[in-house]
Amino acid sequence: MTPPQNHAPKAHRAEPRIGFYVCHCGSNIADTVDCAEIARYAASLPGVILARDYKYMCSDPGQELIQQDIREYQLDRIVVASCSPLLHEHTFRAALARAGLNPFYLQMVNIREHVSWVHKNREAATAKARDLARAAIQRVRHHQALQPIRVPIRAEALVLGGGIAGIHAALLLAEAGKRVILVERQPSIGGHMAQLDKTFPTLDCAACILTPKMSAVRAHPNITLWTYSEVIKVEGYVGNFTVTVRRKPRYINEALCVGCKQCVDACVFKDGKFPDEFNAGLSHRKPIYLPFPQATPQVVVIDPDRCLNLKTGKCKKTCVEACDRNAIVFDQQPEVHEVKVGTIIVATGYDLFDPTRLPQYGYGRYPNVFTTLEAERLVNSSGPTAGKVRLRDGRVPRSVGIILCVGSRDHRTHPWCSRTCCMHSMKLALLIREHAGAEVTIFHMDIRSAGKGYEEFYDRCLREGIQFIRGRVAEVTDWAMTAKEEGHLVVRVEDTLAGFVRRIPLDMIVLAVGMEPQRDARELRRILNISCSNEGWFLERHPKLGPVITFTDGIFLAGCCQGPKDIPDTVAQAGAAAAEALALMDRGYIEQEPNTAYIDPDHCCGCKSCLPLCPYSAIQLDETQGRAFINEALCKGCGACVAACPSGSIQQHLFEDEQVFAEIDGVLSYA
Amino acid sequence: MPDAVWEPRIVAFFCNWCTYTAADLAGVSRLQYAPNVRVIRLMCSGRVDPQFILEALAKGADGVLIGGCHFGDCHYVEGNYKTFRRMRMLNRLLLALGIEPERVRLEWIAASEGDKLRHVVNEMVDRIRALGPLNLPERFQSWNRELSHQTPPCEGVLG
Amino acid sequence: MPMPKPKLAIYWCASCGGCEEAVVDLAEEIVELLQSVDLVFWPCATDLKRADLEHLPDQAIFVSLINGAIRTTEQEEMAHLLRQKSRFLIAYGACAHLGGIPGLANQFSREEILRYYFETGPSTVNPEKAQPQPSYTCGHHTLTLPDLHYKVRALDQVVSVDYYIPGCPPTPTLTRNALKALLAENPPPPGSVLAPDVALCDQCPRKATKPLQLSFTRFQRPHLAPIDPQQCLLAQGFLCLGPATRAGCEALCPRGNMPCSGCFGPTSRVRDPGAKILSSLCANLAPKTAEEIDAVLDTIPDPIGTFYRYSLPRSLLRGKVNTSPTNHAS
Repeated sequence: MTPPQNHAPKAHRAEPRIGFYVCHCGSNIADTVDCAEIARYAASLPGVILARDYKYMCSDPGQELIQQDIREYQLDRIVVASCSPLLHEHTFRAALARAGLNPFYLQMVNIREHVSWVHKNREAATAKARDLARAAIQRVRHHQALQPIRVPIRAEALVLGGGIAGIHAALLLAEAGKRVILVERQPSIGGHMAQLDKTFPTLDCAACILTPKMSAVRAHPNITLWTYSEVIKVEGYVGNFTVTVRRKPRYINEALCVGCKQCVDACVFKDGKFPDEFNAGLSHRKPIYLPFPQATPQVVVIDPDRCLNLKTGKCKKTCVEACDRNAIVFDQQPEVHEVKVGTIIVATGYDLFDPTRLPQYGYGRYPNVFTTLEAERLVNSSGPTAGKVRLRDGRVPRSVGIILCVGSRDHRTHPWCSRTCCMHSMKLALLIREHAGAEVTIFHMDIRSAGKGYEEFYDRCLREGIQFIRGRVAEVTDWAMTAKEEGHLVVRVEDTLAGFVRRIPLDMIVLAVGMEPQRDARELRRILNISCSNEGWFLERHPKLGPVITFTDGIFLAGCCQGPKDIPDTVAQAGAAAAEALALMDRGYIEQEPNTAYIDPDHCCGCKSCLPLCPYSAIQLDETQGRAFINEALCKGCGACVAACPSGSIQQHLFEDEQVFAEIDGVLSYA
Repeated sequence: MPDAVWEPRIVAFFCNWCTYTAADLAGVSRLQYAPNVRVIRLMCSGRVDPQFILEALAKGADGVLIGGCHFGDCHYVEGNYKTFRRMRMLNRLLLALGIEPERVRLEWIAASEGDKLRHVVNEMVDRIRALGPLNLPERFQSWNRELSHQTPPCEGVLG
Repeated sequence: MPMPKPKLAIYWCASCGGCEEAVVDLAEEIVELLQSVDLVFWPCATDLKRADLEHLPDQAIFVSLINGAIRTTEQEEMAHLLRQKSRFLIAYGACAHLGGIPGLANQFSREEILRYYFETGPSTVNPEKAQPQPSYTCGHHTLTLPDLHYKVRALDQVVSVDYYIPGCPPTPTLTRNALKALLAENPPPPGSVLAPDVALCDQCPRKATKPLQLSFTRFQRPHLAPIDPQQCLLAQGFLCLGPATRAGCEALCPRGNMPCSGCFGPTSRVRDPGAKILSSLCANLAPKTAEEIDAVLDTIPDPIGTFYRYSLPRSLLRGKVNTSPTNHAS
């Protein structure tokens, strides 16, 4: 695994033969930076054998140009001034390798993201590009031949989150023969999708398409399903993560419970008394309950905050008597498991916006203001009202208004579009009308129906008489100004198509609440060491070229934890994440940057100053020699020890002191 | 040959994972900022050897900007803490050596904070512009004018 | 016919005289040395004058040892003269090597120093506020004094130097070995510091007592706390610069129960010794908040004197950079 070359003593360096290439990137760079001038300037610098500017360096002919020049002019160092090295370094390294040159003899100059795209003044941009080019040319002469480090990848995957994204990804991986551990923090998998009635635009039943997948997860021999569990620690790195999972006690022996619910019937609470999470609080459950009929696993759970026995120790424990399988275990303790996996797929989903943050819409104040999720449960035949749309007092609503963009597209709350609410609301409009015969009005800023069959669905709603009023609703009030408004909720809105403010009396209001990142997304981000956007959505490596890859190798994103999306997009992304993980695991190894630190044993005095600085314990002391040495397999290449070695005896491949000093000198020496 | 009109020269050391990526994001988002910063990429702000900062100042930088991940976000667990501690001492040292602390700035800029990067760079350029040139190479030269003989080159590695 | 003996010159510039003592410290061996060389110039010990030196042909001296920093016009002139007359010029001792203790004056302007020394210093009585003048005419006679430079310099910042013998002062062993090496067939590569290129812990008897994981919560000063004679000084919280300082002294100070203060200067791989030891010590501080970090740093009351005690003129910034203008000679 450790290539001997990386530790070979520095050979005597002949004067390097540097090739310099500056990319126009079409007009992306050339519009702002005088590329011909950069090439001309580079050609004048010591060691530069040739300098060219070219329209697209990353194109096949661009790469071929480098390869030809390497062969023809015996170039042994290459500098490419183009886009960010994070984008195309591997492209150009591969070109060097094809021409028989060690790929690490490359240095890139970022004159697109860091110059042409952020500056308008052509003269200043060209001067900056020139400085950066000079720095790279001075740096590259200190480059050394290196070999990438190969890290083996374990063939097990962890999927974090058991919504539709996690379920789909887990099934794909399991089908491909990989062992999968699916961790879900709720007592059942299914996520938000399990709470939905029908799905747009086809109006097929969510449960009908989701339940078989949930059962497949339960049944699949390659999937270990841990519900009611949370990841509390992730250590290690791509190919070899050690994940610590905490399994909360559900006070039920999962292996024994068959979900017969006799314990639920027998509970000392005769009726449900506590808000039922699955029904969005519209119904009540007992302290012992099955989360929902299709819950997977089909295992009940005891709520320790509600159960009399767990809270007070004083209860007749009728549930225990009722269970003929003796599955109830009141002294169950949390379990902590450590598992080793090669890849991790994060599919932790989203939270819904809390509409009490917008008091003008009256949620929580007026009983007949609902959220879309509540409405979803009302129209569901297994919901709290068995599919009958009812107001809180049991009346049937005659008129229903749905308000869009509640907590979306609003700089006071969330600036983003939640992407599903338009379609979701139109679907609900049709369902409410079907279930209650009510008139439904949708208040919108505009209808966003981009998606296969979505615009057609909007047309159908228009045809079927759903009312659309364009205007952001100012207020929902029960203050009647006319007799007609008496006893109704009144929506005050500027109808921007009609051009005046309207007051519309309605029986029921549904707020289309948007999506927001999970409340604890930032904590999870830290556990996983991945990045988050400002808002809290997990950050993909590149929005287009790496939409499911994170900045941490071996961790992939699926579903709404990365940003709002609907079910088709979520499933597609989960497939993509599974494919990425699979590609890694099937290959069996990953090649990593050889940017590890190393210690010259002739220079080290054994002062141990570096030892406490390494978070990976990669630096060890050879007691017999009294010298420190670095275990390359453990070193992650941060360079903290290099900067700290008081005698300058630690160096870092790809970031040697002399390379950085050459770069500093290069950016500062006057042209 | 110095610039005809003085423009602040700022050398920036950005960590690969957060601030360098934020600078890429600023580019992708076409956020415009002052062109006075020259970025050098390192894997972690913890790799920023105080020697790099002093060398940059000695070679003519008017300011040095170090960008790393926010606390808790370091790709290498606590590299940014190491930088933070070093910088607190280095600032004392620079102050004692007559260099305004504003010339050496440490900022935590996450990968998503392209706009913060723009803001920090612009603000730093403004401040350095207000402070005026540091221009150590020329100062060193002027110090040497008191020598009656032409001095030999005295740059480079000790010993 | 016996070979002519190689000529040796020894000269002091801005130094305390300790380096002269160091030559005398060769003890009995000095006799042996003086038998093998022809001492042509050593103002401190012999009555040879500048004119004697000037009369020598160029490069006639085999080796000149210059100690002390360059602080005055006279020292600068002498450095040039010795350079001209010598085949090998050696910066002898910390002041010639790196600027040394006199180099700490680079924290202040020349005016500040003169004013303190001749006017405001607590032990000064000088009501006329007289200050030394470079020349003074009294009747027909003009008396001159060397002028004080605005900056203190290491020797190689004034003339080119062939070798460095580090230390405050260099040890007899080091001096003896260096002279032997120069007189041998294959002299060391030019520009070498004639001491091991590894840090001092390598030679320190306390090395093994340093724990594997050491972080700092405060620093102790040697005159304010008892020092355990066996344990690693850093582990006791004393600011020992051994990890950042070139070996060669056999850890004299730690053996004498004092922390290393860095007189041998850095290894060849370090450009700025102060920055490097700062980097190492501060990265290893225990606290994480600004206030707690500052509290630890407050236990280092004089960072420049601590980290650059012998090396300020030869550090990357060379001294305080915004002292008054120095272009009088331009």
